[in-house]
Amino acid sequence: MAKKPTKKLYTDFYRTMFKMRRFEEEVFEFYKKGLMPGLAHLYLGEEAVATGCCAAIAADDYIGSSHRGHGHLVARGADTAKMMAEILGKETGYSHGKGGSMHIMALDLGILGANGIVGGEIPIATGAAYSALYRGTKQVAVSFFGDSATNEGTFHESVNMAAAWNLPCIYVIENNLYGISVDIRDVTNTENLADRAKGYGIPGVVVDGMDVEAVYAVMEEAVARARAGKGPTIIEAKTYRWQGHHVGDPGDYRLRRDTKEKEKWMKRDPVAAFRAKAIKDGIPESEILKIENEIETEIRAAVKFAVDSPYPDPSEAFDDIFCE
Amino acid sequence: MREIQYRDAVCEALDEEMARDPNVMMIGEDVAFIGGNFKTSVGLYEKYGDLRMKDSPISEAGIVGMGVGMALTGLRPVVELMFSDFLLVAADQVINQMAKIRYMSGGQAKVPMVIRCPIGGGRSSAAQHSQSMQAMVSHFPGMKVLVPSTAQEVKGLLKAAIRDDNPVVVFEHKMEYSNKFEIDDSIELIPIGKADVKREGTDITIVATSSQVMKSLKAAEKLAGEEISAEVIDLRSIIPLDRDAIIRSVKKTGRLLIVDEAYEFCGIGAEIAANLQEDIFYDLDAPIGRIATPNVPLPFSPALEFPIIPSVEKIIARVHDLTQR
Repeated sequence: MAKKPTKKLYTDFYRTMFKMRRFEEEVFEFYKKGLMPGLAHLYLGEEAVATGCCAAIAADDYIGSSHRGHGHLVARGADTAKMMAEILGKETGYSHGKGGSMHIMALDLGILGANGIVGGEIPIATGAAYSALYRGTKQVAVSFFGDSATNEGTFHESVNMAAAWNLPCIYVIENNLYGISVDIRDVTNTENLADRAKGYGIPGVVVDGMDVEAVYAVMEEAVARARAGKGPTIIEAKTYRWQGHHVGDPGDYRLRRDTKEKEKWMKRDPVAAFRAKAIKDGIPESEILKIENEIETEIRAAVKFAVDSPYPDPSEAFDDIFCE
Repeated sequence: MREIQYRDAVCEALDEEMARDPNVMMIGEDVAFIGGNFKTSVGLYEKYGDLRMKDSPISEAGIVGMGVGMALTGLRPVVELMFSDFLLVAADQVINQMAKIRYMSGGQAKVPMVIRCPIGGGRSSAAQHSQSMQAMVSHFPGMKVLVPSTAQEVKGLLKAAIRDDNPVVVFEHKMEYSNKFEIDDSIELIPIGKADVKREGTDITIVATSSQVMKSLKAAEKLAGEEISAEVIDLRSIIPLDRDAIIRSVKKTGRLLIVDEAYEFCGIGAEIAANLQEDIFYDLDAPIGRIATPNVPLPFSPALEFPIIPSVEKIIARVHDLTQR
C-alpha cells in the first residue's frame, strides 16, 4: 500500500485542486462575458484526477493531455497567466495565441501538448515512454484522456505496443461518462473501461476519481511499476464533468437516464470534500484560508494579465511553421 | 563513382545516420528482422539491435504517433510506412499531429522525424498499394516533402531529412528500388529545397519528380534526335518548392511541362502551374502542360494500369503538342 501523504502533500493537493477550480471558473466567466474566442472544455468536477496523478510523478516526467487539458497544466504548475492569455488568443500566451484552449503546450513542464483530436495524444505519450526507455532515463509518461478516447484505434494501438514492450507509460482514463452527449454506457459493453487492460496483459485499476488521495495511491503504484521496468498500467478514474462538453453546452442530455444524476455527482464535489476532510484531519482552517487567498490573488492577476495583454500581430500567423 | 541499387542507397543513408547519431532510430512494419518489405534496411537490425530497429505491429497511426512522441523528447525517429497509401491510415497523426505541433505550440516544439514510404504504380498492386501521395501530403502545412529520383538523390536527401529539425516525408519510388545508379560518394548531403537541372535544353522545360525524372531524361534523349532540346529539372523537393529554378529555366525555354505520378486533379502540376503563372506568363510560348495519373483508382491489370500512369511515350507526345504551337 502507498504511504500516507505528508502534511505538505496534503495541503498541496488542496492548493492544486482549488487553483484548478478557480481557474476554470474564471475561464467560464471569460466565455460569459464574450471575451474568449472559440470555446473551452472545462475541467470543473474532475480536479481530483489530475491533482492525484500529477502529485505522484516527478518534474521531468511527461504528460500527454486532451482537449479537456487545463487541469493537467495547472497540476504541473503551469503559469496560469500564460494559460489564461493563450485561452484569450493573446501574444503573451504559451503558444502566442496560435493554440488556444485545446492546444496549450508547456514543453518545459513535460506537457507534450493538449490535443484537439480525441485519442490523438495517446500514441504521442507512448512514444515519449519509448524514448525514456531508449535513453535509459527512468522517466515515465502519463497519458490523460476521456472515456470516449478508449474507443479510438489509437488507444488500442498504443496500449498494445506499450504492453508488448513494457513501456513506462500510465494511461489515465478520466471517465466522466459522456462523449459530448453520448453516454459511454450506451456505446460500450464494459462496465469498467479499465477491464480492457486484461486484453493487453497489463494491470487495470478502477479508482474513485472524486477522491484525490485514492487517485494518488493508485498512481503511485503504477508509477513505481513503470519505473521498475514492469510496464504500463491503465487507471480508470470515475469522475464527472460539471458543465457540458464545452462552455455554453448545458449538458442536459445527461439527465435522460436519471434526472438526479448531475445533482448526485455535484454533491461529491472533490474540492469541497477534500477541504472538509483536511480540516477534520487536523489542517487548521486558517491555513486553508491562507491557501485560498493566495490562489485568489494569483488567479486575479492571471485574469488581469490575460485581459490586458496585446493580441499577436497578424504577420505572426506565418511564424513557427518550420524551424530553421 | 560506383554503381549502387536505389534500395541500397536508402540502406546506406540509414546506416550512416544511425552510426553518426545514437538518437536516430527506426520503427516500422517488417523493418527489422527481414530488413524491410522492399529490403531497404537489411543488416541494420543485426548492427543496431532491437531498440533502434523496431519491428512494429500493424498500427500505422500508432507508430507515426509514437514517432512524434519520440521526436518531441530527444530522439530522431525514422518511421517507415510500407506503402504511401498507408499514410491515409495514419492521416491524423501525420497531418494533425506531426505537422502541426510546432505551430500549435507557438514554436516551443521541434519534431525532427522522417516518414519514409514508397509510391508509384507499375507492379500490379492495384488501387490501395500503388498511389503516389505526395500531392495530398503537400496540401498540408508543416512538413517537408521530398521526392528523390536516383540513388544519389535518395541517399543525400534522406540523410539531410534525418538531420532536419522538421518533420520530413520522403517518398521513394518502388519501381526504382532494384535499379542501379552511378553514385558520387563525395556528395554526402543534398540540400532540401534545391532542384537540380539534370539535362540542359533550350526548347522546353520538363519539371519532373521521383521516377518521372528518369522517364523524362529518356524522353529528352529521344527528342534530341528530332532536334527538340528539352531541359529536365529534377524537382527533388516539393516542399519547399524551388520556384526560382523553374522560373529561370522557363525564361530560357518558353515552355513548361510538369510530370508527376500523383493524381492530376489538385496535383503537383496544377500547383506548379498556378503557383508560377504570375512569374512566367509572359515568357510562355505555349500553355503549361502536365502529365499525371488521371483521377481513376489505380487498376490491377497491366493492360489497364500502364496506360494510366506517366510514360516516356506520353512525355514525348506532350512535348510534341507543346512545341508545335
